[in-house]
Amino acid sequence: MRTKNIIIYSLISTFFLIFLISIWKILATLQGLSIKSFNIEILFIFGLLISFAHLGIGNRIKSIYKSIIFSTIFVFCDGFLIQKLPIWYNFGAFLIVCFFTYKISKYSFINLKKEHSTQVILFDFLTLFGILFFSFVILFPFYMMFVTSFKTQIALLVNPLDFSINFTQDLKDLFKSYFVIFKSYNFGKYILTSTIVSVGTVIITLLFAIPAAYAVARLNFFGKTFLSTSILIIYMFPAIVLVIPLYTIFSQLGLRNSIEGLLIVYTATTLPVAIYMLQGYFKSIPKELEEAAILDKLSWFGIITKIIIPLSIPAISSVALYVFMIAWNEFLFSLMFLDNPNSFTLSRAIQYLSGDAETPRQYLMAGSVVVTLPVLFIFIYFEKYLVSGLTAGSVKG
Amino acid sequence: MNDTLANTEKKTAYILTLPAVLLVFSIILFPIFANIWISFKEVELKDIRIPEPRAKKIVKSISDEPTKIKILYKLRNSSLIQEIRDVSFQDNFPKNFEIENLDPRCSYKKQKLKCEFGNWPAKYRENFQAIFATNDGSKIDKKNLKSIKPKLEGKSDNILLNTNFTLKNFKKVLFENEFVDLLLTTFYYTFFGTVGSIIFGILTAQMVNQKFYGRTFMRSVLLFPYVAPVVALAYTWELLLDPNSGTLNSLLLNYQIIETPINLLGQKYIEISILGFDFKLRLALTTVIMFEIWRYFPLAFLFILARLQAIPKELYEAADVDGASPFQKFFNITLPQITAVISILFMIRFIWNFNKFEDVFLLTGGASGTRTLPINVYQQGFAISDIGMGSAVSIVIVVLLLMFMFFYFRLLGKRVDEN
Repeated sequence: MRTKNIIIYSLISTFFLIFLISIWKILATLQGLSIKSFNIEILFIFGLLISFAHLGIGNRIKSIYKSIIFSTIFVFCDGFLIQKLPIWYNFGAFLIVCFFTYKISKYSFINLKKEHSTQVILFDFLTLFGILFFSFVILFPFYMMFVTSFKTQIALLVNPLDFSINFTQDLKDLFKSYFVIFKSYNFGKYILTSTIVSVGTVIITLLFAIPAAYAVARLNFFGKTFLSTSILIIYMFPAIVLVIPLYTIFSQLGLRNSIEGLLIVYTATTLPVAIYMLQGYFKSIPKELEEAAILDKLSWFGIITKIIIPLSIPAISSVALYVFMIAWNEFLFSLMFLDNPNSFTLSRAIQYLSGDAETPRQYLMAGSVVVTLPVLFIFIYFEKYLVSGLTAGSVKG
Repeated sequence: MNDTLANTEKKTAYILTLPAVLLVFSIILFPIFANIWISFKEVELKDIRIPEPRAKKIVKSISDEPTKIKILYKLRNSSLIQEIRDVSFQDNFPKNFEIENLDPRCSYKKQKLKCEFGNWPAKYRENFQAIFATNDGSKIDKKNLKSIKPKLEGKSDNILLNTNFTLKNFKKVLFENEFVDLLLTTFYYTFFGTVGSIIFGILTAQMVNQKFYGRTFMRSVLLFPYVAPVVALAYTWELLLDPNSGTLNSLLLNYQIIETPINLLGQKYIEISILGFDFKLRLALTTVIMFEIWRYFPLAFLFILARLQAIPKELYEAADVDGASPFQKFFNITLPQITAVISILFMIRFIWNFNKFEDVFLLTGGASGTRTLPINVYQQGFAISDIGMGSAVSIVIVVLLLMFMFFYFRLLGKRVDEN
């Protein structure tokens, strides 16, 4: 039983070490180092040695000294004997092995004797592995997008693996792609259009949704249940089904290529969720407040503006942010309705840019950074509100 | 007294909800019915433009006669296929203008030139000329004259409003359009995308539900693919996977894992042999599904995490007392607690993946075996410009979705009854 636990412990920790070092090697390769192989066999032997040695030494040496010793030996062997690599790479590898020994420091012979210890080890390492794996897989494309926008066409073609940014060059050269897309491709105008459309959608949606949500939450009327269920059903209806009829109708009414047309469609598609989210919150506001207001002879307009809105600022802001995000990211309708570059939104403009095979990719990536950054900033800054909006509305997409 | 109160309440409620209801119904419900209508018609993209009578006004001075001017109207029917009936024309002129050659179809009264041109067949063109002179001998300002635009009106049939129906579109969709292949591709894409995103959602939620340093940061990072715009992400992935100078292929080549670059988005099949069995994997479709999972697992993650955090801690404590292993705890406590969320998620994601258009369109454009039903709507409607066909495909989508929802709810209902 104990030997089995020890074997599983050492194998899992070894795989974890291999994974850590491999990610570090990939990142180092992307900084221009020429690393041709992962040396998995050597890493495997090292991992086994370190994890066994850790168990063998046990508590005889303080764990901090232990990790420093292990890391130094590892770095010395891996870095200087096998591959000749710069100091910063070895320093990183040193820190990684320190982190690794810190992670395995809680295991000992006594610990491994316990019931279910293999499963505990598996769970622990799976969590660690998952955190690293998902951070890498998710952040890598964003990292690539960002770095590519600062490179030049030639640098990208000569060595596609070189992700290093040369900060010593002129700011003008560094931000060249951004200057180009704003100057020659009119991105300033597209940002303006996108902002107008998104903010406009937020305002109109709130104007329509707040009274409707109040009515659904508070008032009794014929057709109320029908309305609240149909809101949800309508929400499930796919946008692609609406495209052709809306296209024909908008063409005949001359609403294509206009901001008004987009505003109408965006508002209509976000209204159901907005009403659904707001009415849920309005129901949680105590009724007594309104009853007092009715005694004071306040009209419904007064009730909404003086009581409901001030009390539900958090819900309203989460709806607003959520609607803004949908409108800003929307692509399908802007692709269908806009074909005149004068009325493009940012997303449509980037798609249009990519349609030309000659467009250098760093411009495309600079455009992508421009369209992504505002959303990410808003998301990070207002995360609390947005997450509640996302879970309630479960963003259509 | 009570009655009137209830009545005012009702009235207020209708006033409050009416704007929202009208907008949503006109933009979402009406198009669905319009779709059914169009799908039974033979309509092409060029038919939906309403034919208009148009006139281009050209002002020409006549040499040696500064008080006279020739105006040429280039008249035409904007449509190449439809006629316009009862075309009427009107143009205004300055006060001192007199007409010299009055066309029999026209009249000139109160400085207004009015004409009745009758019916214009499709592609109709005519050059219509009028000569004017000032009656007080003053010079003519050409610019001013040009700035006045003539008005034209005419009646024409709107092809969308007539009642000629046909079943041709549906026949084409179901029998001539590689329908089975289309359906299978859509099904693979939807099913594996949904299942994959739910599995990843469970894994990440379980992960973030534990305590570790940087947990809140991790939670926001996991939501990044979900909140960032599709356009940016799709093009980034395209660059990443590019066979010639994409990062992924370069990395794999650098580490000698592969010998020749793989075109992950442009190759339909790849042959894989495992244990002597040869498989044909649909490569581009798999890549697109990967993107789909990558982009949408955060939704599953959010839902499942919210549910996990609501599971009472006592359950786990009791399990610890009983000496349950981590896996037993996961399978016997966690999983049963999240099945309800998963079944809802499955339905929501299945429906939305089924209708997903942007992701596939931006990554492959529907090429190399990734043509799904929504892509087909676009291709039929706008690439082949057969609006009727596009509509028919979208009706097929709606019918399939309704069928799916019906069966899913029946299955779910049975399960609930059994428990």
